Amino acid sequence: MKKTSKFLTSSSILGFLFLYAPIVSLIVYSFNSSKLVTIWGGWSIKWYGKLFENEQIIEAAMLSFKIAFITSCLAVILGTMAGFVLARMGRFKGKMILSGWISAPLVMPEVITGLSLLLLFVALENTFGWPAGRGTNTIIIAHTTFCLAYVAVIVQSRLSMLDETLEEAAMDLGAKPSSLFFLVTMPLIAPALVSGWLLSFTLSLDDLVIASFVSGPGSSTLPMVIYSKVRMGVTPEINALATLMILIVALGVVAAMVIMKRQHRLNKELKE
Amino acid sequence: MSTLSLTTSIVDATGRMLAKYTPREKINWGRLGVISVPSVWLFVFFFVPFLVVFKISFAESEIAIPPYSDLMNWDAEDTFLSIKLSLANYIFLFEDALYLDAYWSSVKIAGVATIITLIVAFPMAYLIARSEPNKRNLLLMLVVVPFWTSFLLRIYAWMGFLNKNGLINQGLMAIGIIDEPLIMMQTDFAVYIGIVYAYLPLMILPLYTALEKMDMTLIEAASDLGATPTQSFIKITLPLAVPGIIAGCMLVFIPAVGEFVIPSLLGGSDTLMIGRVLWDEFFQNRDWPMAAAVATVMLVMLLLPIMLVSDGQDKKEEA
Repeated sequence: MKKTSKFLTSSSILGFLFLYAPIVSLIVYSFNSSKLVTIWGGWSIKWYGKLFENEQIIEAAMLSFKIAFITSCLAVILGTMAGFVLARMGRFKGKMILSGWISAPLVMPEVITGLSLLLLFVALENTFGWPAGRGTNTIIIAHTTFCLAYVAVIVQSRLSMLDETLEEAAMDLGAKPSSLFFLVTMPLIAPALVSGWLLSFTLSLDDLVIASFVSGPGSSTLPMVIYSKVRMGVTPEINALATLMILIVALGVVAAMVIMKRQHRLNKELKE
Repeated sequence: MSTLSLTTSIVDATGRMLAKYTPREKINWGRLGVISVPSVWLFVFFFVPFLVVFKISFAESEIAIPPYSDLMNWDAEDTFLSIKLSLANYIFLFEDALYLDAYWSSVKIAGVATIITLIVAFPMAYLIARSEPNKRNLLLMLVVVPFWTSFLLRIYAWMGFLNKNGLINQGLMAIGIIDEPLIMMQTDFAVYIGIVYAYLPLMILPLYTALEKMDMTLIEAASDLGATPTQSFIKITLPLAVPGIIAGCMLVFIPAVGEFVIPSLLGGSDTLMIGRVLWDEFFQNRDWPMAAAVATVMLVMLLLPIMLVSDGQDKKEEA
């Protein structure tokens, strides 16, 4: 191994510090007993207790979890279809357009997506009477639309890494297209489906801008409640909430990566 | 480029279709179904909405539900169809300095922040790409974890960090570099920090992918031939990293132009960004047609970079 230069190492260390220092400081301050968020008053977990007494936050969290769950299931189904179409179905009319519609939502500024979906929902309601009013359903549709793009990209790249011989073998042995997919392709791309589902879940759970546009009265998601509270400044309760959410996600990501690595190793051994 | 490849692919596809679907052959309904379900979903909920935005940008704001005028009026008695397109929103948009300033300053802030992100990300991506496999996975995980944690909360974390009484000021004062706390919150500086911070993983990952594929023997060969590290960096590493640089910059720049959360939480009242203008137009002024016009112009502005991303995706796919 060649020695890496001092410049490279030190600038990378600074980079990682930059990535983690604010998160660590937020976690530490969530255990601050003082109500003044910037002055250290000793260790305490009282803000966590306060957090669970806050009905508005609990209610919003429940709604957000529900939306995120339904969204990620829908996004995995639709996104897998889209990724499969792009990776395995060869060329067809409109393929380029479909692939454009899949990559564009990944970078589209959220304010544009949010406003355009809201105006669509309003126009649809005026013309067809559906969706009647806005709320949970419209948020789920909006979230599914951008999450399915992420799932499609993940599934597509996973499929393009797999060699097609297994699927061809199954076809030669007479598998129907549907059983080919469910019995051969799906188990092979299972890690992609899991990470697509998890990514959709966290993206949906996190979205403030799009949800603010397409939600209706009475359906405030967790990020909407957080935003309305933090606009005015830092509060110890939100510090506690943020710590919980960050820890849950970090644990989830680490677990997922460990599982995927093990899976990867297993696949390698199988091949050998 | 994209239109050209689109046309060729349509011609090509039509040819194949004609060759393949001889009249005897049945239509493959399963295949058609799998293709059409996601296509129809994206058509209805991703493509059509832009048409609606475009249409409503020509409406007038009204105090009604919904708060905009109808473009088409059908007079049944006189059998008279009138279409009224108002260009007022666009005229206002180009005459009022607020909007043009906001577009310009968004592009400027996003552009500068993208370059800073690239500078911060490059050594990190390079180090990760060159480290041993075990260490590489750990470092990649360290990059990915913040990307998965809440965007909103990560920006919120900086509010406490950059505060007048926050950790940075406390630390700097403790070691005696400054006597008075620095004002960092609610400045453009905080917005730059926020963008660089939030989008750093999105820059590191494509850079890493490009650098990882690089053949290190090239560098060795260059140094054997007498190239200095700087020369081989400029002549070899940088050109090979170009696809990653373009992908990373687009992934950061495009969403950053329309960013709302960062300027609204970290920026001052004078931090002008177009995402925030659109938000205020919609939520504060309840002027939906104006918001639609702002969005339309923003979309037109970003169309070229967005097509660049799609094109890159297609190329990757074909490779």
